[in-house]
Amino acid sequence: MHGTATLKTLQTIGRFGVLLALVALIVFGWLRYENFLGTYNVLSVLRYNSMFALVALGMCFVIITGGIDLSVGSTAALGSVVAALASPYGAVPGLLAGLGAGLIVGACNAFIIARLNILPFIATLATMLAASGCALLLAGNQSVSVSYESGFTELGQGDFLGFPIPAWIALVAYLLGSLVLNLTSFGRTVLAIGGNEDAARLMGLPANRVKALVYVASGGLAGLAGVILAAQFGAGQPIEGVGWELFAIAAVVVGGTLLTGGVGSVGSTLAGVLLLGLIFNILNFENGLGWISLSAYWQSVIRGLFLLLVVAIQARLSIRTEETA
Amino acid sequence: MAETATTLPPAPAREASRFEVRTFLTRYGAWIALTLLILVNLAITPNFATWQTLNVNLTQVCAIVIVGVGMTLVIATGGIDLSVGALMAIAGALAPLIFLGKLFPLPHPVIGIALAFVLPVLAAGALGWCNGWLITHLRIQPIIATLVLFIAGRGIAQVFTNGNLQVFNLPEFQFIGLGRVFGIPFQAILMVAIVAAAAWMLRRTVFGRQILAIGGNERAARLAGIPVASVKQRVYLISGLLSGIAGLIVIARNSAADANLVGLGMELDAIAAVAVGGTLLTGGRATVVGTLVGALIIQLVRYTLLANGVPDAAALVAKAAIIVMAVWLQRQGQR
Repeated sequence: MHGTATLKTLQTIGRFGVLLALVALIVFGWLRYENFLGTYNVLSVLRYNSMFALVALGMCFVIITGGIDLSVGSTAALGSVVAALASPYGAVPGLLAGLGAGLIVGACNAFIIARLNILPFIATLATMLAASGCALLLAGNQSVSVSYESGFTELGQGDFLGFPIPAWIALVAYLLGSLVLNLTSFGRTVLAIGGNEDAARLMGLPANRVKALVYVASGGLAGLAGVILAAQFGAGQPIEGVGWELFAIAAVVVGGTLLTGGVGSVGSTLAGVLLLGLIFNILNFENGLGWISLSAYWQSVIRGLFLLLVVAIQARLSIRTEETA
Repeated sequence: MAETATTLPPAPAREASRFEVRTFLTRYGAWIALTLLILVNLAITPNFATWQTLNVNLTQVCAIVIVGVGMTLVIATGGIDLSVGALMAIAGALAPLIFLGKLFPLPHPVIGIALAFVLPVLAAGALGWCNGWLITHLRIQPIIATLVLFIAGRGIAQVFTNGNLQVFNLPEFQFIGLGRVFGIPFQAILMVAIVAAAAWMLRRTVFGRQILAIGGNERAARLAGIPVASVKQRVYLISGLLSGIAGLIVIARNSAADANLVGLGMELDAIAAVAVGGTLLTGGRATVVGTLVGALIIQLVRYTLLANGVPDAAALVAKAAIIVMAVWLQRQGQR
């Protein structure tokens, strides 16, 4: 059992670790490559990674409660298909349709986990299959192209005040998420459930309701990521999103949130997403220099090694703190 | 199905009959479901009772069951192994590189084929052992420790092959996926042998009891003098080895190795089979035969729907419902 003090230390180290790594990576890229910090590159990295950021935000909340949500990838795929089908009616209906599809999947998760009392792991595994099946059925086993006249594609490709619209969406979501986690009683209950669910329940906190809402939110954010996916690439893609859930988990873990729940930070999750995203970006630049030619396949190897490095350091720290405690 | 490790507390007398129904459902629910499915199929699916139907369904589940056996053991210790699909891809990418002589020159084709069976499986086993090392020595949670290879493993296989499809035609090697003994697919025989061996091991050997003891209560197991770390390490090693074998079967069946596709989604299929089969997902109670039954149920539902004109995507939704129902029923039985 960790004391609160050791948990706090770990949390701080985790948070600083990811920020330091992010800064180091950015400085490395800035020194090594021309145009790395140019407007075009920065904005396209933000544009592309905003959907992963949304999925990871939901995952962060879920993991803080001590759960896991494996359904986010296929929920995003379903959201992209539904949004593409609704896109002829305009940007807002498309957005709401995708978001709604995600909320429905999230509600299914919430029901199975909070009401039927089934482990989150297996419950969301099932809804992952179901959402993917629904996406394929709705799309007729092919990608659904979006309407280019209705302004829907602006949601993925457009800019607002010189900043990509999807990045705005992610930014607002992270600000809200941070406020909710740190300043509301809902957020404190989320942390309490992850720390010790039975204790939270005995204290009279609405553990089941909060847990249910967390999964609904995660579904909604995944649906939103699907909307951006469809708008950015001009099509609803029923088979996209494979492996997104594990990417999101990796981003959350790299951000220093413990998988055992009870500890976590929204900001460092964002740093985790950017860190994993930048690895791909730097790989592209490195190939552009012409010294080496690493195929895109190295990306996942390097990401995996990176995750290994982070969890190994986390593990060493926690073993050491256990021993000294 | 008598591989129950935990002894249930004696029920109060007045609840006895209800309790028995629940226990019965928990223990034999999977078998009942499988029997019902076969009966339904005999009634509605044309040409169901044929040798070909049996072979088609058996060959569809072989890889899932073989991986599922390893997954059952891992889950029995209270862990999880997400890396199985990636390990299949690595084994599947290595084997053709070896027997096509791209990795090192071969003195004789027969040696190449022998090495193509042994080395990829050993490589997958070694990586499984690494998973175990991370989990036992660095005390990283199983889901994260195996997530590392889930992410990196497929990339490693793709880097080996440069992402290219490796096509081959080598009957001696492909016997593992295409061969038949007395008309029965060799892979099905291999699957049954692995299931039987693992079921025997779990029930009858000290190692098997140790696995269940760790899953039931790790701290108690450690205090009782069970070498927890070494047992866990071996369990992940076994899961890796079995994934390697499954990878070879898949590429032999396809006459091609595609690092992008071999074993994709296998971790989830295997976990689903384990869950439907009646193994407790929190560890401590496991049934290897149940995993075989679970995989057969999932496959038969899909087959039934496809044979009766329902699209494959709808079968996914059905599969989801089965998983939730199976686990929910299991929980009812525990109360």
